[in-house]
Amino acid sequence: MLTKRIIPCLDIKEGRTVKGVNFVELRDAGDPVELGKVYADEGADELVFLDITATVEKRKTLVELVTKVAKTVNIPFTVGGGISTVEDIKALLNAGADKISINSAAVKNPGIVDEMAREFGSQCIVVAIDTKNMDGVDFVHTHGGRRPTLLQTQKWAKEVTERGAGEILLTSMDHDGVKNGFANEITSEISALLGIPVIASGGAGKMHHFKDVFTSGKADAALAASIFHFKEIPIPELKKYLQAEGISIRL
Amino acid sequence: MEVAVIKYNAGNVQSVLYAMERLGANATLTDDWETIQKADKVIFPGQGEASTAMKYLKERKLDKLIKSLEQPFFGICLGLQLLCEFSEEYDTQCLGIFPIQVKKFPPLDKVPHIGWNNLQNLHSPLLAGLDESAYVYYVHSYYAAVDPEFTIATSHYITDFSALLQRDNYYAMQAHPEKSSLTGEKILTNFLNL
Repeated sequence: MLTKRIIPCLDIKEGRTVKGVNFVELRDAGDPVELGKVYADEGADELVFLDITATVEKRKTLVELVTKVAKTVNIPFTVGGGISTVEDIKALLNAGADKISINSAAVKNPGIVDEMAREFGSQCIVVAIDTKNMDGVDFVHTHGGRRPTLLQTQKWAKEVTERGAGEILLTSMDHDGVKNGFANEITSEISALLGIPVIASGGAGKMHHFKDVFTSGKADAALAASIFHFKEIPIPELKKYLQAEGISIRL
Repeated sequence: MEVAVIKYNAGNVQSVLYAMERLGANATLTDDWETIQKADKVIFPGQGEASTAMKYLKERKLDKLIKSLEQPFFGICLGLQLLCEFSEEYDTQCLGIFPIQVKKFPPLDKVPHIGWNNLQNLHSPLLAGLDESAYVYYVHSYYAAVDPEFTIATSHYITDFSALLQRDNYYAMQAHPEKSSLTGEKILTNFLNL
């Protein structure tokens, strides 16, 4: 039976792991390769590395990191953060990344999703969508959630799926960093709307939040960062809890 | 032990090489006939699309080479599908080691099938030490149908499908052992020990 996935997200800046609360305050939480291996050994189902480096050296350091991770870690991992060209994607996939996540680049140039799907296959293309509710309507945001767009979240999710996305990573900016639970309503709406898996992100604080997002949120996977980095919820304990609650989980 | 990993236009080959490195095997990525023929074990990895891959293999006559090999041979993911008879992906005639059809999952659930799923009905030395609690990592939209003669394990998603196949020296796996944590390492180790 296909299981629900637990995905720790490692925010990377210049080769180090960081995690912000509401994407503003950054705290250091260790070496990404070591941390990735620990998570894999603890039973994480996948890893996401989100690079927030904004220097010209970015591509080189990211390819180096991907190479180290691919050599060390025996589970799948996704790389994202400011990736915008087919060339960058090729370099990262060749270095051993399993999937590439794109966000602002897709909003700026939706055709890149089609181009990537044709060139590399839908299975390695994750479209990350940062969403925020504004007066009852969900709008896509870019640039770490700071910049609103005119794109309505549900319509955008449908469009990128038709263009060839293999998965959607949906982050609720209203929930991210507040630890009050995932955005179950919009996650469930998007999941029911699309024929591809949806990874829910933003808001994990307690173990039951994961159960909720897999049941009422209809998510296929759930992503979290600080609760794992600061050992608030150990992955083995979370997975045992979910299994006991009747969720299909790999132990 | 020398392991040849067949080089063609397939994605994510690097991960297979790294997995071999972690297991202490000496693996070479190559499309050279002699190197492949002399290798103790051959791995045929793959991610991508069937018709483009078959065209590439034929152009370089790697199709004939693959069919002539006698050492333990392991097709992974697209590698499994290419070892079958025919794929619905752009109606592609494949290598025909396994007389099995590769079909697209009907849209009764989310496609691609992405994530960890368990193996069932395991019976092969390749799967020694594993049981139905073994989970492997899948990413695929097409599947090989179950064949009582050649299927050595099944998985279930929308339908039962061939998780692993075997015919003589040819072994194949739909999931990614190189990405399947300790279970995947066990399968790769078993293959290296065949």
